[in-house]
Amino acid sequence: MQYTFITLVENKPGVLNRVASLFRRRNFNIESLAVGRTERPDISRMTIVMDCEDDTVAHKIEANLYKLVNVIDVQDVSKQPSVTRDLALIKVKAGPEQRAEVNNLAAIFRARIVDVATDSVIVEVTGTEEKIEGMIELLRPIGILEMVRTGQVAMTRGAYEGTRRTPGANGNGWHEVDESGLAEY
Amino acid sequence: MKLSGAEILWECLVSEGVEVVFGYPGGANMPLYDAMLNYPIHHVLVRHEQGAAHMADGYARASGKVGVAMATSGPGATNLVTGIATAMMDSSPVVFITGQVAAHLIGGDAFQETDVTGITLPITKHNYLVTRPDEIAEVVREAFYIARSGRPGPVLIDICKNAQIEKTDFEYPADVKLPGYQPPLHAPKAALEQAVRLLEKAKRPVILLGHGALISGAEEAIQHFAVKTHTPVAMTLLGLGGFPASHPLSLGMMGMHGEAHCNLAIQNADLLLAFGMRFDDRVTGTLKTYAPNARKIHVEIDPSEVHKNVKVDVPLVGDLKTVVTDLIPMVDEYEHDEWLQQIAEWKSDGDARSIMSWPDDDKLYVAHLVHDLWESTGGGAIITTDVGQHQMWSAQYYSLEKPNRWITSGGAGTMGFGLPSAIGAWFARKDQEIWTVAGDGGFQMTAAELTTAVQEGANVKVAIMNNSFLGMVRQWQEFFFEKRYSGVHMKSPDFVKLADAHGVPARRVTKPEEVKEAIEWARQTPGPVVLEFVVVQEDAVYPMVPAGAALDQMLRRPVRQK
Repeated sequence: MQYTFITLVENKPGVLNRVASLFRRRNFNIESLAVGRTERPDISRMTIVMDCEDDTVAHKIEANLYKLVNVIDVQDVSKQPSVTRDLALIKVKAGPEQRAEVNNLAAIFRARIVDVATDSVIVEVTGTEEKIEGMIELLRPIGILEMVRTGQVAMTRGAYEGTRRTPGANGNGWHEVDESGLAEY
Repeated sequence: MKLSGAEILWECLVSEGVEVVFGYPGGANMPLYDAMLNYPIHHVLVRHEQGAAHMADGYARASGKVGVAMATSGPGATNLVTGIATAMMDSSPVVFITGQVAAHLIGGDAFQETDVTGITLPITKHNYLVTRPDEIAEVVREAFYIARSGRPGPVLIDICKNAQIEKTDFEYPADVKLPGYQPPLHAPKAALEQAVRLLEKAKRPVILLGHGALISGAEEAIQHFAVKTHTPVAMTLLGLGGFPASHPLSLGMMGMHGEAHCNLAIQNADLLLAFGMRFDDRVTGTLKTYAPNARKIHVEIDPSEVHKNVKVDVPLVGDLKTVVTDLIPMVDEYEHDEWLQQIAEWKSDGDARSIMSWPDDDKLYVAHLVHDLWESTGGGAIITTDVGQHQMWSAQYYSLEKPNRWITSGGAGTMGFGLPSAIGAWFARKDQEIWTVAGDGGFQMTAAELTTAVQEGANVKVAIMNNSFLGMVRQWQEFFFEKRYSGVHMKSPDFVKLADAHGVPARRVTKPEEVKEAIEWARQTPGPVVLEFVVVQEDAVYPMVPAGAALDQMLRRPVRQK
């Protein structure tokens, strides 16, 4: 199952390398990783999408991230109402006779043509992963020359917060102590 | 007044209370060595940087303070790597300071340039590359704080040569600003209450005491807790000394070469209380059948250790001493006589098989030698070891009543650790008797540090258990590879002559009747001394849980007829 983690880290050189190295060392596979600045200049934000078997693996990932001195907060937003977006630039092989078709598809997906050359166009599409995958499928028969994607970024809706499975890390308490499995006690 | 980066470094080390550094100079740290002459810190010149790393580690483990090791860039720094990994695996607080080429040369493959922060990233708790002198004070302050707090560990500071030379204003920061690093202290009340509920119902509880007990200084609290709840205490290799070996509730060491009754107790327990230990594969055997009927409470400061190897019922993330102290008033006095009686029965079978009950056959056995050493030193010496059979026998037969006297490479299993860690320990505890027990193999890995011991007058006694084999590998080949001995025959130099060449008094011991006298002679002779014991070649460490077997599937020492 796909898990999406929002990770706040100190904005310092080498932090991305520390995170990537940790995933390599612990043998976790990253599906996508997007890094950028936040509203605070001293903090960067990473959206990490991973394929995890279950919550136990998700816990492992969170707890290991906290081992890094520069990691401030990790939350899993996979199960919370949230907005996730991916951006793709797709260069499509399209001469004058295919432009109209590409343009029509772009309109349906609310994508934009951001560059037109003699025999190609660049389509910019933003949205959830499914939407982008859908767009790609339809453009493929026309001819995709080149594609780049940013990887997902995510934000929870309203006052929702993600799950924090790592009590004891950076002041995280137990919001609720897990009682599952202690029924007979 | 402006100070050079090198001067700032030493100012910081003095502020941190550093008295001794272990190191080796070279091109990229010469400004540090030049400035060092003006500061009241003793420098120990090692013979190989690995020795410096182990000495700083031994110093840290014997003192509870942060050890410091230094090296130059390139090969100097890479020679530290084994020692850094050793400190990392055993949560030992050491600050490593390496010189680096000037900042403008980085990335250009300059002479003796190596990406040291890159190499050490996965084997340090944290590391820093310093390119400007004004970064040094803050970095050193953070490095010492990170190394010693929370779950301790090694921190490396790589300082570019220009940052050592350039001058800037110096002020030592009073605080650290680390928003991403706040080690936990207390576990929440609700979780503690869950633990108490499990304890109340337990009939066959066992405490698993690990290195965290010593790091946290929780020994007294745990003893109080164990007595109040009438719970026996098993120890990991690095937990030895955390609970008095002679205490009626002590089960001794657990795991691959643990006491049989201890492993049986764990496998038959209905509640395990893991105190500052991490369920390493050497203490669990196969996880599929590990303590199958036991509920598990895990008190641990590092959240990433919780559920890592063994899924536990109640994780208590916090400082061990704090958590156990919080628990004591919450628990009642329980009684587990029946359970302790069962364990005592298992133990009596082990006593019958013990090598200690063998009749004298005029040969030297390491187990007997360690026992003799224990008797001669009243069980109070600091013991450091190498890795292998002699290490396990030392763990089994040098029974410890008190903490911080047992210095061994557990997690990493680093051969060559014994002698340098003993030298480091001596700088921390010059009042203590210090012995290193080594094998013929491990001793030769860092034997060059013998001359460091001489140069420093370090009062360490070296007992080499010479069986002309790499004993532990030989034992595995005997048990699991049809006795096809491969790469384990070892011809050693004449250790007595070798010691003599270093100016170290030495004796070779071949007969049981010479043992006590030789140990006494070594104890009375000031400074470093080498004793070579020519021991039985093909003895094996028992009990043994074969790799991948269940913890109670032990190979036992055959009963020898008297």
